[in-house]
Amino acid sequence: MAQGVFVITEQRDSAFRKVSFEAVSEGRRVADGLGAEVTAVVMGSGIEGLAAALEKYGPDKILVVDDSALADYTTDAYTNVIAELVKSVDPAVIILGASAQGKDLSARLAARLDAGLAMDCTAIKIENGNLTCTRPMFGGKIFADVQIDGPLQMVAIRPNVMDITETAKPCATEKVAAQVGELKTTVAEKSMDTGDKVELTEADVVVSGGRGTGGNFEAIEQLAAALGGAVGASRSAVDEGWRPHSDQVGQTGKVVSPGLYIACGISGAIQHLAGMSTSKYIVAINKDAEAPIFSKADLGIVGDLFEMVPAIAEEMKKITS
Amino acid sequence: MEIVVLVKQVPDTESLIEIDSDGVSIKKQDIKWVMNPYDEIAVEEALQIREAQGGTVTIVSMGGQKAVETIRTALAMGADKGIHINDPAAEGSDALATAKILAAALKEIPFELVIAGHRAVDEDNYQVAAGVAEFLGIPQVSMVVKAELLDGKIKCQRTIEGGTVTVEASLPALFTTQRGLNEPRYASLPGIMKAKKKPVDVKTVADLGIDAASVGAANRKVKIKALNFPPQRQAVKMIQGETAQEKAAELVRVLHEEAKLI
Repeated sequence: MAQGVFVITEQRDSAFRKVSFEAVSEGRRVADGLGAEVTAVVMGSGIEGLAAALEKYGPDKILVVDDSALADYTTDAYTNVIAELVKSVDPAVIILGASAQGKDLSARLAARLDAGLAMDCTAIKIENGNLTCTRPMFGGKIFADVQIDGPLQMVAIRPNVMDITETAKPCATEKVAAQVGELKTTVAEKSMDTGDKVELTEADVVVSGGRGTGGNFEAIEQLAAALGGAVGASRSAVDEGWRPHSDQVGQTGKVVSPGLYIACGISGAIQHLAGMSTSKYIVAINKDAEAPIFSKADLGIVGDLFEMVPAIAEEMKKITS
Repeated sequence: MEIVVLVKQVPDTESLIEIDSDGVSIKKQDIKWVMNPYDEIAVEEALQIREAQGGTVTIVSMGGQKAVETIRTALAMGADKGIHINDPAAEGSDALATAKILAAALKEIPFELVIAGHRAVDEDNYQVAAGVAEFLGIPQVSMVVKAELLDGKIKCQRTIEGGTVTVEASLPALFTTQRGLNEPRYASLPGIMKAKKKPVDVKTVADLGIDAASVGAANRKVKIKALNFPPQRQAVKMIQGETAQEKAAELVRVLHEEAKLI
């Protein structure tokens, strides 16, 4: 009978994505609730030494699949390998991060395994041995509580939401051969941002600008850099061509859940709120005291962002120096 | 090239969404229904490929009677024909069942390329396109910002955290669209007139060889138990001060001392 929690981790260039630690920690919590064990899998090429970094989050077992065909993520290779592993592990629950890779992989895998998948969840509760997962829909205007029927329940968790928890537990690591199968896709090229740019969906701090910036993001970039955060933008700022699409936060852009979100010159259109309402703490800076963003914020300042943002960066320096 | 575009009718992103009295569905009456924004990008990409190398663009959509409006919108943009899967038995299907139905519809028609939005902005499942690709046994590339056809393959640039990856997939293949791929055209008036005469085949799930008892709201694997509004935040605290510097100092103090965020 299917039992236990199977956590699919994600690494890139031999470094775990942060959501992997969130997924293993959450996997541990779910397994404890079910009285079951956690098996985590690490996939890639030349990643033998990597598994140890997962141990402190409490898996009972780590499977390492090291194969040159897994050097870069492809849907088919990863789905084939995981689908074979699932046959032998036979878990009741699969948990993974809803990153770009995790969304792609989990969706294909759910179809392959004929399993229900709750995508992009912000919470998992256990009731009578069943999981109830909370997931935002309609861009976060509605939160649905869902339950999954069937012997296998799949949950993809929204990055940056669930707690990373350390659990001391004995852990066994095992190497497993990859069953890569027939492949129809290949990775031709990777082009990664250079420098120390913080990824928007993983950032602890996001400083976003909207129409109020008039296209001038200099102060926002400086404040983001001072806070070690990432720069975001509203749809109108992207539509104006001031920022690339990859910076867009909102219902038709990225969904972010940082610890601190600072909205500068953003009125708070429902489109934008959809992308940042799960942020833990929201600061809004806007000239218009009536801007809807203030109704969603924890702290608000009515003022000119071109005066306020540099002033905040200055004040920041005082406490960090 | 034979291109199929999967489209869905969804509430406009500016719509106010309200929960119906049953607690598990939304109120549908006052909503403005539109084509899923990522699907508009998919239709545009299909049209650009057809314009470059000929072929046919077929729109496939599942939904109630109203969904035909969205198919007509795609036809008015320039697509050639539509397939509308309209069956009360399919209503409320989850992503997996929807993918099975759409894949069954595609098995009946020729295609070399399938394009879909990377997610529908209603349930935000990110699942249907991948399911269709799986049930058709074809490769998928998701969240694509650049696509180029090569001999027997498609080369797609997909967005990932912090960069892009270029993936080549053998045809037939499916890819999903991300903002940045193109700017969808508006339907022209002559386009709208022509669209009225373009063929739209209506199918039931039985027509597609799918057992009605395996789809629909009653047969969801992912069952919606409750819908809720997002948790309310405490009332906003407005920072007061005479000057920008004063306000900034107070903001940083609250973030540092009270919220302990910095």
